[in-house]
Amino acid sequence: MIARAAGIAAVIALLSAPLVATPYQLTLLLPAFAYGIALLGLNLLFGTTGLLSFGHALFVALGAYTAAWLTTRAGVLSLEVIVLAAAGVAAVVAVPVGLLCVRYVKIYFGMLTLAFGMLFYSFLYKFYALTGGDEGIRVLRPTVLGLPFAGLDKVEFLTGPFYYYVLALLAVAALVMRRIVRSPFGLSLRAIRENADKAAFVGVRVRRYRFYAFVIAAVFGGVGGALLAVPTGLADPLLAYWTHSGNLVFMLLLGGFHHFLGPIVGAIVFIFLQDTVMSLTSYWRFVFGGLLAVVVIFFPGGLLGLLPSERTA
Amino acid sequence: MLFLVAAGLQLVFGVQKILNLACGSFYALGAYAGVSAVTWALGHGLPAPLFVLPLLAGGLALAALGPPLERLLSRIYDRDESFQLLLTFALVLMLEDVIRFVWGSAPVQLRGAYLAYGQVTLAGSTIPVYNLVVMAAGALIALGMGLLLTRTRFGRIVRATAENREMAAALGVDMRRVYRRVFTLGVVLGTVGGALVIPATAAVNEMAIEVIVEAFAVVVIGGLGSMRGAAVGALIVGVLKAGAIATWPEVEMLAIYVVVIGVLVLRPAGLFAGATT
Repeated sequence: MIARAAGIAAVIALLSAPLVATPYQLTLLLPAFAYGIALLGLNLLFGTTGLLSFGHALFVALGAYTAAWLTTRAGVLSLEVIVLAAAGVAAVVAVPVGLLCVRYVKIYFGMLTLAFGMLFYSFLYKFYALTGGDEGIRVLRPTVLGLPFAGLDKVEFLTGPFYYYVLALLAVAALVMRRIVRSPFGLSLRAIRENADKAAFVGVRVRRYRFYAFVIAAVFGGVGGALLAVPTGLADPLLAYWTHSGNLVFMLLLGGFHHFLGPIVGAIVFIFLQDTVMSLTSYWRFVFGGLLAVVVIFFPGGLLGLLPSERTA
Repeated sequence: MLFLVAAGLQLVFGVQKILNLACGSFYALGAYAGVSAVTWALGHGLPAPLFVLPLLAGGLALAALGPPLERLLSRIYDRDESFQLLLTFALVLMLEDVIRFVWGSAPVQLRGAYLAYGQVTLAGSTIPVYNLVVMAAGALIALGMGLLLTRTRFGRIVRATAENREMAAALGVDMRRVYRRVFTLGVVLGTVGGALVIPATAAVNEMAIEVIVEAFAVVVIGGLGSMRGAAVGALIVGVLKAGAIATWPEVEMLAIYVVVIGVLVLRPAGLFAGATT
């Protein structure tokens, strides 16, 4: 009950944020929402299925580049088309990658996903004509629901229509993910995490379910990436670099991967904390590395793991 | 010199079953420490040809980092390996800023030392003698590691631990001590590798996170936990890089990842699986 009340309060707070928060805080919330969507997918892999991916940034980058390519090169400005295309591209890439990756677990899974992420990174970095090389590709301002909002300047657009759009998508993503996690399919995934042999014994098709989870995670990553690229206005190769994947896992762990809302909390806390620490010291990596070490050693459940009513995602 | 980093990674993984993402950071630390040590020594009137000594000393001194870091990691030995991986990622982040703090973010270079030994012309191409020195040093260290692991008592204990840690512990091996030493050895291999390579290039902040990916490739190609694999893997990656740069520069790193993925898919245990440590 408390959790539900807190959830409703949080939704109301986020809905009314544009009325009270400064535009700067709102523009920080945008990437946090986008990461939240991507992390919901990552959590399906790590929290629910027990596979640690060190290459989730691959799909975030795919989404971002899809948005960049569509707006800049193809002249498609409809955000709906962009989001759908990002999801589609991520799914198409995830099928072959996933088929190979899910054959392995634990460290090998992590390494293989990392290798694929870096493969994509070097592709982005080196094939200048197609990807813009190290400069990346600009992302033009999309239209929302067919409306260009030409009268608003960039900040007004981002903190106004776009803010609600991303928030709505985050809510939809969370609801979809909730259905997935609570479905028989989600239960099977958890069984795989706890004991793959036993799960197989009672009839769960382990590898196939892992594969489904991988593709779903990729789709969420792609959508998150596309939304991430719009406020930044740029898709660059560093989005696919392995440290970015590491940061994604960090956010997830910070929020708490046992908890359904952990990814979203983690993304928001990470973004605001990063902003604060970066404004105080240029050595923010040190602070974050220390923080990660503390979380890993002492609070593996993350922030939401500290709550008394622990509900497994 | 990739071999040294990879060997360190192998050693720690083989024995402790921890994939240490921070080994690239040790490499970078070694490089920076090497520059500082040599600059200091030359400033105090050391004759130029002897610069290798402070270089190595710089790398070796960083061994002091081994035990405390191992203590930190030891807190989660019994936890899932995903968490161990993440903790080493935390180390990567911290060490990167330690380097930035101590040496600044501009590239650091060792001037003049590289060509202190002159050059030789071999088969029509000019090679700085220092390159040969590094190659010889690499071969020597590889040989030394081999001897250490196969011929000494310590080596036997390490191999026994890699094979079956409970059994080794039951037979009276002090695991804590073995772990501490192995981890420190892994650190030193990385730092010395970094120190040795630095006269030929410049130390930059990003080298840590870049070299780890290459070391990774080496380890995967050679097979996790196999020392011979590390040597062969380093050779393959080196030749691939050189070949790709000469023929089609765009695909340099791409080619390496393709090989890595190929190896992981076809022979996940690597080309030299089975040959533990």
